[in-house]
Amino acid sequence: MLPFLLNRLWQSFILLIIVSIIGFTILNLIPGGPLSQYALDPGMTAADLERLKEQMGLNRPLPIQYLDWAWRMLHGDWGTSYRDGAPVTEVIGRHIFATFILMGSSMAISIAIGTWIGIRGATHRYSLFDYTATVGAMVALSIPTFWFGLVSIYIFALKLGWFPAGNMYTIGDETVLGYLHHLILPSLVLSLVHVAVWSRYMRTATLDVIHQDFVKTARAKGVREKRVLMKHVVGNALLPMITLAGMQLPQLLSGALVTETVFTWPGMGRLFLDSLSYSDYPVVMGLLMLSAILTLLGNLIADIVVSMVDPRIRLA
Amino acid sequence: MTIEPNPRPLGQDAALSVRNLTLNLPEGMERSHAVSQISFDLVPGKILCIIGESGSGKSITANAIMGLLPFSIRISEGSIYVGTTEIQSMNPAALRDMRGRKVSMIFQDPLSALNPLMTVGDQIVEVMSAHGVGTKAERKSRAVELLKEVGLPEPTTMYRQYPFRLSGGQRQRVMIAMALALEPGILIADEPTTALDVTTQAQILTLIKDIQHRKNMSVVFITHDFGVVAEIADNVVVMEKGKIVEQGDADTVLKTPFHPYTKHLIAAVPHIIGQDRTPHVARSDTPILRVRNLVKTYRSGSRMFGTERVVKAVQGASFDLLPGRTLGVVGESGSGKSSMGRLLVKLIESDGGEIFFEGTDIAPMSEAEFRPLRPRIQMIFQDPFASLNPRSTIGQILTVGPCAHGMSFSKAKAEALALLTEVGLDPGAFDRYPHEFSGGQRQRVGIARALMFKPRLLVADESVSALDVSIQAQILELLDRIQRETGVSMVFITHDLRVASQISDEIAVMQKGRIVEMGPPSQIFLNPQSDYTRELVAAIPGEKAAA
Repeated sequence: MLPFLLNRLWQSFILLIIVSIIGFTILNLIPGGPLSQYALDPGMTAADLERLKEQMGLNRPLPIQYLDWAWRMLHGDWGTSYRDGAPVTEVIGRHIFATFILMGSSMAISIAIGTWIGIRGATHRYSLFDYTATVGAMVALSIPTFWFGLVSIYIFALKLGWFPAGNMYTIGDETVLGYLHHLILPSLVLSLVHVAVWSRYMRTATLDVIHQDFVKTARAKGVREKRVLMKHVVGNALLPMITLAGMQLPQLLSGALVTETVFTWPGMGRLFLDSLSYSDYPVVMGLLMLSAILTLLGNLIADIVVSMVDPRIRLA
Repeated sequence: MTIEPNPRPLGQDAALSVRNLTLNLPEGMERSHAVSQISFDLVPGKILCIIGESGSGKSITANAIMGLLPFSIRISEGSIYVGTTEIQSMNPAALRDMRGRKVSMIFQDPLSALNPLMTVGDQIVEVMSAHGVGTKAERKSRAVELLKEVGLPEPTTMYRQYPFRLSGGQRQRVMIAMALALEPGILIADEPTTALDVTTQAQILTLIKDIQHRKNMSVVFITHDFGVVAEIADNVVVMEKGKIVEQGDADTVLKTPFHPYTKHLIAAVPHIIGQDRTPHVARSDTPILRVRNLVKTYRSGSRMFGTERVVKAVQGASFDLLPGRTLGVVGESGSGKSSMGRLLVKLIESDGGEIFFEGTDIAPMSEAEFRPLRPRIQMIFQDPFASLNPRSTIGQILTVGPCAHGMSFSKAKAEALALLTEVGLDPGAFDRYPHEFSGGQRQRVGIARALMFKPRLLVADESVSALDVSIQAQILELLDRIQRETGVSMVFITHDLRVASQISDEIAVMQKGRIVEMGPPSQIFLNPQSDYTRELVAAIPGEKAAA
């Protein structure tokens, strides 16, 4: 296990370097650059801009800028935001909780419901339920999230007035209930897509297992149908789902661009969009690296969990 | 035509009675019934063999008895009695209770019949807990006892093992232990030895016979192999296309079958031919293939991290093959016979040794150097279903190779049409797709495909193993005829010694990567020199009487 882990960590490190180089290059290819914000100020002269450029180190060749950034990164210095001068880690820290709450609740809902729909769709294949779930998943996947978001705001916030139309809390009312009230609508809208994805995968995984011989063996032993399903079918069908869950882990903290924007949710997705439009390189790079690390970590954790759960890997 | 000499009343003393059973198939299938109007009795304390080829309805009958029919198939007529209880009258809970307690079942493929995530012990215990038998401790000690009873070594260690650690034979023993847990009166065995090596098959057959005798169980044993029938059956039911064509006691059916289909099946069973094959006219005494010290080692894992695993698949094999002759390569799974076949056609690279094909050593050649020679060495594969591209027509499958080697399409087509007739197919097959053909017909396509190149050497890897016996006999005949007509040499790899005895001029017996004995069939079967060959020959089912 240890050699496997060391090997994977080494590979991950190389991958992170590649990702950062690509990210850094593309970011600098975007026209405008961080100084365009300052240039809007009528009081700015060309000489001022030039001085700013030198202060920020932007006049150096790109490879040098990258090496400088990478060197600091390796030492735990993520840089400071161009926008408000705060350290990048602090900026991210301000937004990460909001995203975690939103994505965490939506994923918990969608994994629970998606797993159930998937299993039932597989055991009642080609039934009315299965067809409805299939069509529903296709609809949820093909209609853009912002549409669902806007429609739900229109119905539940504007017309019915059950939920607030956006934001994470109402100023002056920062109780847990207040937060929950704000959370419900965006979380459900996000879940729509996740339930669709998760249920489709779960259905396929269950169908892969349900016709296997050992399921028939269990029935031939006289095992109750419920146990056949839960222990023998679902137990095996969940194995590939662990990998899928690992791949979804980064979303937990990197946020949902569209949903956060529609619901003016102060999360990581919004931060990314705002930082991008300000050409706030340090923050964008920080977000990029964070989601790359989480992706690699998610995959690694999934592989470790699978190898712990599956005796064929654990003991081989 | 149902053969029912005197339609018997319900056998009061039968352990299991099937009466006029008809199972409907969903519409759009080849035929409307999976089985039609079948009746038979299982005499208590006896072994009843149901024999038939694929599609005869034998397995579906077993599933019907267990109450485990797929949703699309229903009992449309007739009844099944376990003792005196009619199973259609039972509610699902009663049926569930019957399974495992009164009737239990073992399956064909021991590799997939056990849950990979549960220990062997837990899976045996599950039978008892499902029926609420015993306390936790009692169940566990009973499971260990059962593991011992079916002859597994170190039962307490075995109890904690996961299935992937066990060999096929061991897993089938676990299945049997599971089936015996509640001492059911009836055991249904659905081709339990088909997926096993011949020596393992012999052991499992002995075990089943032994247990049946000791516990006075009644056994329904489903098989396609008359050799197995001769070995264990008290009574026999012969099925063809969902109907029973003949039934009676084993001796009578085997020795004096009256139905043509039974006769045909028995005649098709390959028997050991102790005689050597009349050699084809050898065009020269120079071997077409000369193999010296061939070595193949598989490595997995990483040497750096100390997880490397080394499997010596072929360890120094040497043999000669004369033009127009057939070398049979036999051995159990893991003996290295398939690796050797792949080495000969250079689908994998060897790690040492020489392969002289028509005088040139092809072993060290690069893929590019070897490509011009490829047409001369062709392979026929095992699985007639997986080895043909389902989206290509037979015509495309046959012509794509020669065209890639520079033949014009019109010429390739003309040859393909001629070859289709040659291998016994209609030339109209040219424009059809693989799924329109049966297993035997597909294997003919596979042979035609190999012959398109006018090869000098054919390597056939288990090429008849997936086929029914009667089809097997036809394909062997076809290969024999082709060899006589074209003088092609053949390396015929098989796990079935009976098949090898029929087609080979010489047989090489492989064990753990080595050729342990080589000689003409007369030597291998009548006067084996090595202990391992003797063991293999003794394990062949149904041959004791003949020997």
